[in-house]
Amino acid sequence: MSKHPFHDVAIVGVHNTRQARVLEGHDARSITMEGALGAISDAGLEPRDIDGVVGSLASDFLFQSRVGPAWRSLSPLGIPAVLEAAMAIGCGLASTVLVATGEAGSYRQHDSTAPWTRPTNEFVASYGMFTAAEFALMARRHMHMYGTTAESMAHVAATIRNNGHVNPEAVYFGKGPFTIDDILGSRMIADPFHLLECATTSEGATALVLTRADRVEDLAKPPVYILGGGTDYYGPAYQHPPVWDLGGNRRSDLVAGYVGRQAAEEAFAAAGIGPDDVDVCEFYDPFSFELIRQFEAFGFCGEGEGGDFVMSGVIEPGGRFPITTDGGTMSFSHGGASVQLFQRVVRGVQQIRGECVTGQVGGAEVAMSTGGGSGALFTDVLLLGKDRP
Amino acid sequence: MTMLLPQDGSIPVPQPGAFSRNYWEGCAEHELRFQRCGQCNGATHTPAVLCAVCASPALEWERSAGIGEIYSWTVVWRPATPAFVVPYVPIVVTMAEGWHLLSALVGCEPEAAEIGMAVEVEFHRGAEGFTLPYFHPVEKLLPKA
Repeated sequence: MSKHPFHDVAIVGVHNTRQARVLEGHDARSITMEGALGAISDAGLEPRDIDGVVGSLASDFLFQSRVGPAWRSLSPLGIPAVLEAAMAIGCGLASTVLVATGEAGSYRQHDSTAPWTRPTNEFVASYGMFTAAEFALMARRHMHMYGTTAESMAHVAATIRNNGHVNPEAVYFGKGPFTIDDILGSRMIADPFHLLECATTSEGATALVLTRADRVEDLAKPPVYILGGGTDYYGPAYQHPPVWDLGGNRRSDLVAGYVGRQAAEEAFAAAGIGPDDVDVCEFYDPFSFELIRQFEAFGFCGEGEGGDFVMSGVIEPGGRFPITTDGGTMSFSHGGASVQLFQRVVRGVQQIRGECVTGQVGGAEVAMSTGGGSGALFTDVLLLGKDRP
Repeated sequence: MTMLLPQDGSIPVPQPGAFSRNYWEGCAEHELRFQRCGQCNGATHTPAVLCAVCASPALEWERSAGIGEIYSWTVVWRPATPAFVVPYVPIVVTMAEGWHLLSALVGCEPEAAEIGMAVEVEFHRGAEGFTLPYFHPVEKLLPKA
C-alpha cells in the first residue's frame, strides 16, 4: 500500500488573535505578527524553528525574525495555503511552516459594502453586484429547483449565530440567542438573504504551524493530521454570471452549484472514510444557504434534500453533524478578505484536540473544514483527524 | 409601487478588454452580441477564445435575438455602493440562443421578478456615456434556438 500523501505532516500550532469590529491601533502587519507568534507559541516552538512561510504577511515575519533564508509561498488563501504548506513539508522543501494572515484598518467607512465583497469586473460591477447578490442568485435557483425554504436557511443562520452567541471569543458574543423568526425579521439585504443570514465584517488575524510528523513528540499540543483535502475551482470569482449549471463539461454532475463535490470525493478517498465518519462540520458560512448546499455537494444527503436535512436536528450542538461551532463568519469573525478562510481549519484543529471552550464536540476524531462557496465558484475541503494517516 | 429603472448614478462602468471590446461596441450600437461556435454551434458568453461547450477556438461573433427568460434573480436592498438606487434586481438571463448573461430587470416592480419570466433586452446610456444592456418583461416566450 502506498504512503498517504500527508503521512509525514502534522498541524501543531493554531492561533486566533482577538477578533473585533475594530482593532484600534492595529494594521494588517501588526495583527498578523501577533497571530504568527501566537501559533508558534501554541506549538511550543520558537521563531527560529520556522523555515517556511505561506502568505504575503507571513513573509513579513520571515524578514523580521531573520530566520531566512526559507521557503516561501505568496498566493493561496485558506485551505489551499494549508495544503501547500503540507506539500512543501512532504516534498522536503521545508520542515516547519508558518501560515499566517490578518486584517485591520482597511474597512472603516461602511457606506459601501466591504471592498473584498465588491467585484470590479466589467460583466458584474455595473449591475451593483457584491457577494450577497452573487450567492443569492445561486440560492434562488436552488429554491426554484427543490422548493428549499426560507425557514431552513434561517435555521442554519440561527444555529451558527447561537454558536457564536455563547462563545466569549466571538465578535458577536452575547448578541443572541436567535430564533428562525429573528433571522427572517431582520432587514433584507439581497433576497432571499436577510441581514442575519450574511457574513459579518471584522478585524483580526489567524495563523497555523505545520511540521514534520516525526517532530511532534516534544511539542506543546497533540498533533492533528490532514486525512485528505481537495480544492474545486471553476475560474476567477465574481467576474462571470453566477450560474448554478455552469461547468459540467467533464462530468455532468460537477456543476458550479455543487462546487466542492469533487474536492470532497478526493478528500474522503484519501482518508478512506465517508460523510458518516465526520464528527464535526466546520463548514464555511458566507451565507445561510451555503451550508445546505455543502451537505448536498459533499454527499451527506441527496441533491435537493439539504433543506430537510438541516431541519432534522443534526446541525445543532449535540446533533449528529454540528456545524461551524465557533459562530463562523456570521458571529465569530470575518477578519478581512482572507482570515476567515483559515478559521474553519483552526477550529477543526481545536475540535480534534478537544480544547474548544464552547461548542466542543465530545470525542471528535474527524473534522471537516471547508472554504469558499457557490457564488464565488470555488470550494475547498480539508479532513482533519487524530490518527496519523 | 416601485418601478425598476436603469441606474443613472455614477456607477462603475466596464473597462473593455481585448476579448470583450466587440461586445461593448455592440451594446453602444444597441446590438447584443455573443460568440457562436463553428464546431458545435454552441453559444459562449462572457467573451472568450474557447467555446464554452466544446472548447474549440472556432468562435464567431453573432447578433443575439435579445430575448430570453430569467434563470435566477435577487432583489438588492443594501447597495454595493451609494451610487446605486435601491431596490435593484440583478438577474441571470438564459438567452434564446442558450447563453447566460448577468444584467438587471427594469420596467416592472421588483415583486414581479420570477424564474422563467420572459424578458427582452433594452439599452441604456448612463454613467460616463457608457451603454449597458438591461432587460424588461415581455408578454410571452419566443421559441428557443
